[in-house]
Amino acid sequence: MSVRTLPLVFINLGGEMLYILDQRLRALNTPEDQSETGVWSERDRKRVLNDVVGTMFGKSFMDELLKPQQLYSHRTMKTVLTRLAHSSIMRLNPASMDRLYELMIMAFKYQVLLSPRPRDLLLVSYNHLDAARAFVRDTPAVLNQVDETHRKIIEVYSRLSDGDFQLLRQTLLTFLQDVHTRVSVFLKNQIQNPSGRFVLMTSGPVPAGVDVPGLIRTFDPRGREVGRSEFPPGGTYSGSVGEGSFELSGDRVLRLGQNLYQAERPEETQTSRTPGAQLDRTNPLAKEELNLLARLMGCMKAGSVPAAAPRFRISLFPSDPEEEEEGGAPAEQAAIFQVINIQAVQDEEAASALARIAGQFTDEEAELENPSGSKGDDLLAMMDDL
Amino acid sequence: MFHKEKSIQLKNSASALYNNLSVLRIAPRRLTYFTVVHANVVNMVSTSWDGLNYSHRQLQSKEPNVATSTSLIMQAAFCALPSRDLLVVSSQKGIQMYESDGSIMVYWHALDTPEAPTAHAVFARGISAVSDNYVCVGVSSGAVLVFDVPSKGSNITLSEVLEEHKEAITDIASECSGSQECLANLVTADDGGNMCVWKSGEEFQLLNKIPGLDMTCSSVKLWKGTVLAGYGTGQIRLYEAVTGILHAEVNAHARWIYSLDIAPFSGLLLSAAEDSFVRVWHLSITPETNSVEIAHLHNECVTDTQICGAKFCDGDGYAFAVTGYDLSEIIRLIGRGEGRALLRVNWRDQSREEV
Repeated sequence: MSVRTLPLVFINLGGEMLYILDQRLRALNTPEDQSETGVWSERDRKRVLNDVVGTMFGKSFMDELLKPQQLYSHRTMKTVLTRLAHSSIMRLNPASMDRLYELMIMAFKYQVLLSPRPRDLLLVSYNHLDAARAFVRDTPAVLNQVDETHRKIIEVYSRLSDGDFQLLRQTLLTFLQDVHTRVSVFLKNQIQNPSGRFVLMTSGPVPAGVDVPGLIRTFDPRGREVGRSEFPPGGTYSGSVGEGSFELSGDRVLRLGQNLYQAERPEETQTSRTPGAQLDRTNPLAKEELNLLARLMGCMKAGSVPAAAPRFRISLFPSDPEEEEEGGAPAEQAAIFQVINIQAVQDEEAASALARIAGQFTDEEAELENPSGSKGDDLLAMMDDL
Repeated sequence: MFHKEKSIQLKNSASALYNNLSVLRIAPRRLTYFTVVHANVVNMVSTSWDGLNYSHRQLQSKEPNVATSTSLIMQAAFCALPSRDLLVVSSQKGIQMYESDGSIMVYWHALDTPEAPTAHAVFARGISAVSDNYVCVGVSSGAVLVFDVPSKGSNITLSEVLEEHKEAITDIASECSGSQECLANLVTADDGGNMCVWKSGEEFQLLNKIPGLDMTCSSVKLWKGTVLAGYGTGQIRLYEAVTGILHAEVNAHARWIYSLDIAPFSGLLLSAAEDSFVRVWHLSITPETNSVEIAHLHNECVTDTQICGAKFCDGDGYAFAVTGYDLSEIIRLIGRGEGRALLRVNWRDQSREEV
């Protein structure tokens, strides 16, 4: 379907990742965590965010994304996003990455579904870009990259028609289909039902360019209005609140894509899966998909972190009973909430978690990552062996 | 006026695509077929009229003799021709035509897909039977492919390519097959809201172009020489097909319209949109003044659902069915009581007119 989805997928998923990481790392900074062996300072948090934003908006990576191409599977997305998360001094274990990915996907699904007009998905993306800018405002070099990316996005997407945007949106909705993970902050704010479906209001302002439903007008052959009648629209609608700014900066008006986690306590971002579809685990990756993956991984810069520097392993969500008894989980509608223990442990081993993730799609034991080497070459070599 | 019947469960959920529901009524066998698209699969359900028997089938879009590489489907629609019924499936790769029960594929047409991805998506979308022996399918380039369908067998051929639209085709509709004579019997619509009105034949003739206002027309129908168009702004507009005169404009929905359907014998119109509403309207034509009126009859709200398909289950509009994004069921509504009486009267009026 649409060949223009990738840049918006990464900006929005990556943007959600930044919000979640920011919130988690702030939580690790609180005095209550005296029992933990590692403490994340303000400086560490800013460093992680700068590294992730820097990688996400790297020129060659963004240029790859901006090429017209199909949207692939969740596995590819997750692999690249894991690499993105690991471009910093942070290491996430696979369970944390899984949960993080679910959170990002559900937030993105909410934003796509509730965008009043398909074109408003751009405003959602710009909200994420504005936030990324704020995270790195003290680092001019990275800030510049974000601005450059924003300019390119404006250039590419301002040419698309409303029909193109609806196709883009339909492509994203197909990608996000059947995922109904319950997120506690969404449930609490009543934007999601206990069934996992999002709440769609039949009231409120209509989108810009749309008239409030309820009017029928009839015309004569010369185009003059000759009759008016009304009908009950069933919902309570009001006039549009106007269009947000599609420029580099400005009031976006739309709040979708802004940080939902800012005011929340860490426990609010727990998820529980509804029984049913998992994010596709079993389909083999298509050849074109592997090629894209290789190119993207190759484009992500290794980061400014020296190879010998210690990596900090984080468990954002603990390994929970639901994960372990995957096969035997009862098919109840009731949400299963766990208490989160956040541990940050200094870990001298480099990227054992990433190696395991990369190994998932080769079914072989991957060697330990060489952060300063070319990741793309490693992947291509592994694919040759398939 | 309409009440809910038991829903039909689907094997998987409906995708967010325009006009994502097709219905075929097979009176001699007392069966109704429904098709709903999910990504690269067409879900088919066959239901008996007594409501006791359901059977399911799934079709994938892929080139014959190629084991791998399915592609995303844009639309699946039944085409009822006088001599036979076909199920036509349009996707990113091409167009497949099956016997109406989905048992055998009788024709495959590959789209010209360029080697390297281009700036524009390539796909086929917009399907309609036209006149006695044609099936028309739209393409993302704006072309409309006209296929000549023999009364049986697989000797289907591409007879013409209509190239008037510059933007991707969204929907195609026709009326008047069989004995009726119509001036215009085909309308095609595109992403820019532009519509073309045609007369079918060995060479299709362009009768009129109705310019769009830069707003996508996602669903279109043709009834008694009137074009009914649903737009991304939530509006429905009624145009006289051959002249382009605007009869009426309705601020019908608060979000993008995804589906329109007509019950031709009673003049009932169904509209469905992302705003969770399905609305039933009544159309009436005054031949003396050549005017068309539209009146609102009924609202149905499917909670927390963006609707992607709505179709009448019969030509009188006694019942209709609805699909929604991420919903794994087909919701059904049946007319009752005073509603039925209204429909019956209108049907009698129409038939008197015809005589």
